[in-house]
Amino acid sequence: MKAARKVLGVALPAAWLAPRAALPAAVLLILGLVPVYAAATGDAFALTLFGRVVILAIAAVSLNLIMGYGGMVSFGHAAYLGIGGYAVGILWKEGFASGFVQWPVAIAVSALFALVVGALSLRTRGVYFFMITLAFAQMVYYVAQGLDRYGGDDGLTIGSRSSFAGLVDLNNATQLYYLCFALLLASLFLVSRLVNSRFGLVIEGARSNERRLRAIGISPFRYKLVCFVIAGALCGLSGALLANHTNFISPAMMYWTRSGDLIVMVILGGLGSLFGPVLGTVTYLLLEEALSRVTEYSGLFLGPALLLVAIFLHGGIEGLLGAGSRD
Amino acid sequence: MTEPLLQVAGLTKRFGGVIAADAIALDIAAGECHAVIGPNGAGKTTLIGLLAGELAAERGSIRFDGRDITTLAVHSRSQLGLARSFQITSLFADFSALDNVALAVQAHAGHSFHFWKDARGEAALREPAMQALEAVGLAARAEARVDRLSHGEQRQLEIAVALATKPRLLLLDEPMAGLGPDESARMVAMLRRLKGDITMLLIEHDMETVFALADRITVLVYGRVIASGDPLAVRADAAVREAYLGEQDAHHG
Amino acid sequence: MLYFIEQCLNGVQLGMLLFLLAAGLTLIFGIMDLVNLAHGSLYMLGAYFAATFAAFTDSFVLGALLALVATAICGMVLEVIAIRPLYGRPHLDHVLGTFGLLLFFNELVRLIWGPAGMTLSLPSAMLTAVQIIPGLYYPLYRLVIILVALAVAALLYVVVMRTRLGMLIRAGASNREMVGALGVNIKLLYTMVFGLGATLAGFAGLMQAPILTVQIGMGENILILAFVVIIIGGIGSIRGAFVAAIIVGLIDTLGRAFLPDVLRSMLSVNAALTLAPAISSMSIYMLMAAVLVFRPEGLFPAASR
Repeated sequence: MKAARKVLGVALPAAWLAPRAALPAAVLLILGLVPVYAAATGDAFALTLFGRVVILAIAAVSLNLIMGYGGMVSFGHAAYLGIGGYAVGILWKEGFASGFVQWPVAIAVSALFALVVGALSLRTRGVYFFMITLAFAQMVYYVAQGLDRYGGDDGLTIGSRSSFAGLVDLNNATQLYYLCFALLLASLFLVSRLVNSRFGLVIEGARSNERRLRAIGISPFRYKLVCFVIAGALCGLSGALLANHTNFISPAMMYWTRSGDLIVMVILGGLGSLFGPVLGTVTYLLLEEALSRVTEYSGLFLGPALLLVAIFLHGGIEGLLGAGSRD
Repeated sequence: MTEPLLQVAGLTKRFGGVIAADAIALDIAAGECHAVIGPNGAGKTTLIGLLAGELAAERGSIRFDGRDITTLAVHSRSQLGLARSFQITSLFADFSALDNVALAVQAHAGHSFHFWKDARGEAALREPAMQALEAVGLAARAEARVDRLSHGEQRQLEIAVALATKPRLLLLDEPMAGLGPDESARMVAMLRRLKGDITMLLIEHDMETVFALADRITVLVYGRVIASGDPLAVRADAAVREAYLGEQDAHHG
Repeated sequence: MLYFIEQCLNGVQLGMLLFLLAAGLTLIFGIMDLVNLAHGSLYMLGAYFAATFAAFTDSFVLGALLALVATAICGMVLEVIAIRPLYGRPHLDHVLGTFGLLLFFNELVRLIWGPAGMTLSLPSAMLTAVQIIPGLYYPLYRLVIILVALAVAALLYVVVMRTRLGMLIRAGASNREMVGALGVNIKLLYTMVFGLGATLAGFAGLMQAPILTVQIGMGENILILAFVVIIIGGIGSIRGAFVAAIIVGLIDTLGRAFLPDVLRSMLSVNAALTLAPAISSMSIYMLMAAVLVFRPEGLFPAASR
């Protein structure tokens, strides 16, 4: 199962080359070709739509890390989208338009918030953890609402995207898209290393049987906390990307229903599988988009669809594909 | 005379109005196999819980290797060399047998804040794990997922996981529970091989096993120690016969 | 001082509303082990039904009664169709499913009643203020809310503690398999409990409608507060929900009322203006965090499961 094979001189895990890898590969390929399509057909909306998909997929990947692999169901993950976004927005407003300043700050503040929330919340579990993460996210939401200088409830339009001293021009939609896509690939790669490392096995062990983990001599708390911080930081990056993508930040980015959206995307794709969150995000957002073209009341169909998935589909979409073992 | 590896004094635990452990005193010398027997509800599993650190004692002390571990957390006790197998199998169900044991090896190989290297490819973890599996006779089932193993194999795996932490003291909570005659015999043989190398505290109902393995026996009834010492002496003790062995003779097939 | 008392009463009033919502939520979670994100939707439906029926019948009271019935029916139908398949599932399935229901109801309300929201007016008899202590006039309707909610709380206590249904509820909360084994119709029991929770939620929704709001998404805002209440009070405990609801109501209201002034006296005007609303809203969450640190099971934990 863990044997590696060499492709073009690069050792890849054998699982990546299995037939079951066909769907993720196809999806990645399509996502990668969107700008080509957009350029060819002049359909700029495709870039906007799929850009959002890619960016939120990063957020979903980060949530899957703690939820799918770690068993920590956080209902406050959208807070990091907001924190990352607001870092970019606030810094821009105060005159710091450089991405070299904005993005590290976005990641650092997100990590810090995750550290505090995690330290307080990880003492609880199950529904309590769920609700306390929700409450902390709402706290950030209210703080953002109170920030009159940065738009308050109405939000703030960001005049220019993060600048990277000419290395890449984010005002060029295609470049922004490819940067986001590259970051998604990087995130997937990082997570794949993480979950197979010693650290990852402890995290999965903590999800699987915490009592057993303690009995063999590991205290789960510090590992879960680090995992939580990593996920928060990654999601903060996603928030920074989102702020650039939409040129806009508002408290709505972190309203708890957005956290719910993220949870749905992760579950739809299949918990605890590497590629599941990407599949789930693609499915959820495209479904939402398709429905909104057909009807003005997409929720009427999306809602029951989610209920049906909850009732009938175990393991989400990847589960349907028969994903048994973990990558 | 060297200090006993495990010294328990006055250990007391209440659950509401029930006294589950009543001033238990117990000594185990290094290399000894010490059995704890008693009727159901005598407090044997409570004792293991107290020794392992899952339960907090109200009174009393536990000294391990000269150190007071009475208030130490579960994982810290494991790091000191105290390993425990569970009465009701408690493993990582969606991992393979080898993964389970390797994680135990990993737990005692420094910290686990390693984020990059593939842990399943680390020989330093996999090889000792395979050895532990071989020791319990599960080498052939290394790659099987735990929830696909038979009950008997899971019990063996419990022991392997405990052994992988290189313990000084092994707390065995009814290792034979639910095993058939062949599997039981294998388990007894394996425990016999371990005797002398590893100190053991064995909770067990099966009297033949107890008398075959134990160097000393403690008898618990309603949380109190009513007898402790040489197996033959315990067998002959009138109070013990009345409280426990008498019943056993009646029910034992 | 009078202002303080007035704000305390407002806090108690908010607490009563929260209690109604939280009681249902904690019952449903305690007995059926179900995480219900759509609970706020029933609260919203109560308000919308009341506004509609009151306009139709030209009577606030009649509209309210009809709304209660309608919400109860909706709740029970919902339970049979959508909630039943979720029992016994991992909580995550509940989250997914009830989140879907939440989206559905928001959209349904938008379809039926439009996006603009509604108003519910009080009968003119209620539009007065009552002098409860010399010098302090307090709106009659708010007093009514407090008293009616207290009456409901008392009724709930009687039902849960003294009736057969209540006994089944309490038994089910500690051991649902046993109750089923005893031959009780568990399905019916669950439907009734869910219906009870829905009615309480709808009741809270319609009670607050004249003074607060009737609009889409109103359930989400208050649902979070209800979650905080049950965490602080202890999941499964109605008594805990009652105490915690009052505490949360008081802290939130008093915080919003007095914190800006307190801050202004300590910080610059600008800083106070910026921080005050944020900190006032945060105060409840900080309380919740404190409870979770020092007493994770809540203040009055129900029997362990």
